[in-house]
Amino acid sequence: MTTNIPNPPLRQRKRRRGGLLPSPGWGYLMIAPALIGLVALYVWPFLTTFGKSFMDVPAFGPGTFTGVDNYTELLGDGRFWQALRNSALYTAILLLGLPVAIVLAALIEQVGRGRAFYRILFFLPVVTLPVAISMVWRFIYNGDFGLLNYVLSMVGVPGQYWVADATFTIYAVGAVGIWMNLGINLIILGAGLQSIPQDLYEASSLDGAGRVRQFFRITLPLLSPSVFLVTVLTVISALQMFDLIFVMLRSVNNTALADSKTIVYLFYEKAFVEFDQGYGAAIAIVLLMVIMAATLVQFRLQRRWVFYD
Amino acid sequence: MTDQFLRSRRLERAAAGSKASRHGEWVIHVVLAVSAVVMVAPFVWQLLTVFKSNREASQMPPTLLPEDPTTGAFATFFGSVPFWAQLTVSVSALVLRVIGQLAVAALAGYAFARLRFPGRKLLFGLFIVMLMVPSQLFLIGQFEIIRDLGMLDTIPALAIPGMFSAFGIFLMRQAFMSIPAGFEEAARLDGAGALRTFWYIMLPMVRPTMAALAVLTSLYSWNDLLWPLIVTPRGDRRPITVGLAGLQGQFGTDYPTLMAGAFVASLPLILIFLALQRQFFSGIASSGLKG
Repeated sequence: MTTNIPNPPLRQRKRRRGGLLPSPGWGYLMIAPALIGLVALYVWPFLTTFGKSFMDVPAFGPGTFTGVDNYTELLGDGRFWQALRNSALYTAILLLGLPVAIVLAALIEQVGRGRAFYRILFFLPVVTLPVAISMVWRFIYNGDFGLLNYVLSMVGVPGQYWVADATFTIYAVGAVGIWMNLGINLIILGAGLQSIPQDLYEASSLDGAGRVRQFFRITLPLLSPSVFLVTVLTVISALQMFDLIFVMLRSVNNTALADSKTIVYLFYEKAFVEFDQGYGAAIAIVLLMVIMAATLVQFRLQRRWVFYD
Repeated sequence: MTDQFLRSRRLERAAAGSKASRHGEWVIHVVLAVSAVVMVAPFVWQLLTVFKSNREASQMPPTLLPEDPTTGAFATFFGSVPFWAQLTVSVSALVLRVIGQLAVAALAGYAFARLRFPGRKLLFGLFIVMLMVPSQLFLIGQFEIIRDLGMLDTIPALAIPGMFSAFGIFLMRQAFMSIPAGFEEAARLDGAGALRTFWYIMLPMVRPTMAALAVLTSLYSWNDLLWPLIVTPRGDRRPITVGLAGLQGQFGTDYPTLMAGAFVASLPLILIFLALQRQFFSGIASSGLKG
């Protein structure tokens, strides 16, 4: 049924365009707080970091311009490459957790009763302090009396010093990262799943398609935009990981920390513990470039596998 | 005739499918239950450890239930950590940041969504660019500003940078844009000015988004470690995260005490989450952004 809405009388339309619309002044006034904050606390600091990355800055007092010295030093610094490798490995481990999240999200959508219960359980780590989570896992990973080694010993696997032996640290921290972020991924993927039209499933089951077939033929392709979103977000946040390392590995006598630092950990240490801000700034700029490159590559690749209808 | 026959065949197949799916339901619950156990096991282990003595917590093989349950860990924790002071700092910084973020984001989000002024697109673009830059790029400069203003070790120092997150503005702009223009036009025709329209007509309609933003901002504020670590060098006004991280240096492998601290510090936000689940879920779903 078509409803017949009369056009507003000409006089009123004219008035709307003229006096009743707020003047641009309101617009500027309303964005003023945001704009002042943005320029003072984001744009300016960004320029500061960029500028300092080309300077040698002592702990106090002004710095001196040294060109690309910080960057050449960085590229020749084994600890920097180690940190980059650690961050990349951690990110890769978190990406390996995504298929688990996809399957779990699909399963949770399938259950009728208990769906809310599972959602809450899987979300608990998201609302728990990361520092607290790290402390609990550090205890579980303890090489001498940790729960993990005990459980492993029951099935005959020898125990390890998970957070005190650099062979294992990134894997151990990565497992916690997967566990910690699962809840967030389930929410985003769950929202994507709910937007898939239900009649597609009904039609395909009338044609005799089983659940597994439906998952690969309907769910996965139609969920791919959400999977893409989760992938991009996971990479961005994983490349910035700091607190898990800071809490799980840092202690006076943990020698594994030296080989397990991530980019942001190295940045923190250089800029705010050793107060070598020029070098720290250069690390931050490289981090920005790495994240931008990783995101760009993913947007390029999405054409091959993301399905938009 | 053939049509009817085909339809009945289809229905039969569909019925067979649903029988299979009832069987599948069982498998699904087993998989989910096992995963759920993995998810909560660390929390359970933490709770069990809290009531053990340090000696019992560090023996191999470990005991499952505390042999001689004690609340000594809590006593040690509260006796050696200024927990209430840290809690006050965390809560004050959170409240300040949430109020500031909501005010800044609602005003700017509305202006970007609804008002026309020269340079609007350019300025919004600037916000979006800053949204994509990782937070570490701002830390050095933000630290200098806070230090030069003599604001190190203060609560505003913890809260202020987070108030101006471009993400909040983006979220609020999206919310305002989804409101049909008719509401606003009606208000204006009735003679309401820009501010009145904003406050009485538009703001109440984006309340769910504001709730989601508030919850998300709280989560970031409560969990943040790196920024508080940087701006509280003196250490007498530290939030819970920094205090908890420092606890480890103090207690080393006294795990019952550490677990007690981790538990007490996590509890407030977990309780708030249980009360406001929907806002948390919609906040995460709308953002997808992680802190």
